[in-house]
Amino acid sequence: MNLVEMKHVRKQFGGLSVLKDISISVKKGEVVSIIGPSGSGKSTLLRCATLLETMDGGELAYNGEKVAWEENGKMCLATQKESKRISRNFGLVFQSFHLFPHFNVLKNVMDAPVSVDKVPKEEAKKRAMELLKQLGLEEKAYNYPYQLSGGQQQRVSIARALALQPKVLYFDEPTSALDPELTSEVLKVIKDLAKQHMTMIIVTHEMKFAREVSDRIIFMEDGVIVEEGSPEQLFCSSNVRVQEFIGKLEE
Amino acid sequence: MSLTTILAQLGQGMIISVEIFLLTLLFSLPLGLLISFGRMSKNVIIRGIVKIYIAIMRGTPLMLQLMAIYFAPYYLFGIKISTQYRFTAVIIAFSINYAAYFAEIYRGGIESMPIGQYEAAKILGYSKAQTFFKIILPQVIKRILPSVTNETITLVKDTSLAMVISVAEMFTIAQRISARETSMMPLIIAGIFYFVFNYIVAFVMEFVEKKFQFFR
Ligand SMILES: Nc1ncnc2c1ncn2[C@@H]1O[C@H](COP(=O)(O)OP(=O)(O)O)[C@@H](O)[C@H]1O
Ligand SMILES: [Mg+2]
Repeated sequence: MNLVEMKHVRKQFGGLSVLKDISISVKKGEVVSIIGPSGSGKSTLLRCATLLETMDGGELAYNGEKVAWEENGKMCLATQKESKRISRNFGLVFQSFHLFPHFNVLKNVMDAPVSVDKVPKEEAKKRAMELLKQLGLEEKAYNYPYQLSGGQQQRVSIARALALQPKVLYFDEPTSALDPELTSEVLKVIKDLAKQHMTMIIVTHEMKFAREVSDRIIFMEDGVIVEEGSPEQLFCSSNVRVQEFIGKLEE
Repeated sequence: MSLTTILAQLGQGMIISVEIFLLTLLFSLPLGLLISFGRMSKNVIIRGIVKIYIAIMRGTPLMLQLMAIYFAPYYLFGIKISTQYRFTAVIIAFSINYAAYFAEIYRGGIESMPIGQYEAAKILGYSKAQTFFKIILPQVIKRILPSVTNETITLVKDTSLAMVISVAEMFTIAQRISARETSMMPLIIAGIFYFVFNYIVAFVMEFVEKKFQFFR
């Protein structure tokens, strides 16, 4: 069974068709990168997959449990309670972090486990500190987000997502808001997660990184998947649009 | 009339003024939050009613509202107005008036919050109430503190409006003594009182603002 299953996903914004017919399935332990020009619907796809947007058509399921599906041409959604339970499967790392500015680093990471999952405080703290250590942030545990660099903030937001032990982690251009010299520290963290077989779906413009880290790359344009395959397949694609796009970014 | 008697009487008034001030804040700050929810409600009827309420509270003089609340029981229900009701009327009128102003301040603060904070909280599984009280409200409070300080300072001065329904607060008493003794002195003392009162309020608010400086 696939961990993530999206079938024929469609999404419109006021008549503008942003996702036209997207099907993606991801197995446990897979790392999938999504690339494509800006405006092609990559963020919208992640937002539909994480229930920040409601899709207009198609099907979404985690571990075979449907969250949204179509019946006789009508969208059906799992109950709020069901959705909330199924949502525990995924985490999302935003382009601009969205850390909670009034919580210190440690609290950013341990608060959701305590408040949402009712993990005992001591245990949550221990786990949070382990995560921070793993991501090289242990000295920053008692700092506030504004005292950190962008790269550190993004690593905290990754730790915050990991603290809830999601089965799959989505990244929406995790390094696009960062200065180039801070990009590598975040990419390294993601690569380490890949080594630990964390299932990840990553929207990125970092071609070299995508090639290294991914089991599969998806090229999206204008709300459809243009090409999909192993990094080798994509980087040797005969499709002109793919060639152009990859060439442009690699320069 | 000796200076000590004058000061004693003014002191009584002072206590009433401070009471009006504190009770108004006590009721209007939470009430304002509730009203701001109504103002932002998805329900058009609730939103409409609250909008009209705020428009009236902000669009008419507080002095008129005081009189309306004070005389309402008599003119609407024919109930004889007791002297104790005076103070209650002041607290009601001030609280519902200031709640309207605070509601708009809260709304401004809440609407200025970036949507990303809500989305991050949702993805992490926080409930609606947890999101609001743990994530959003503390940040909103920090943002609105300067506006709340302004309103609070206005409130100190507005307490003198209770004079129109003869509540014996500071200004009412100062004016009475001043008229009786044909002396400016009680009014000057009253002026100093309001000034010092506001100085303390500003000091306290600055302290609170400092407390919120731990994050940005
Ligand atoms: N909430 C929204 N309302 C209206 N249009 C939107 C909304 N979100 C995204 N869009 C539009 O959808 C298209 C795809 O956006 P997006 O998914 O952000 O693309 P990408 O992440 O690939 O750059 C863009 O044209 C964008 O303007
Ligand atoms: Mg995007």
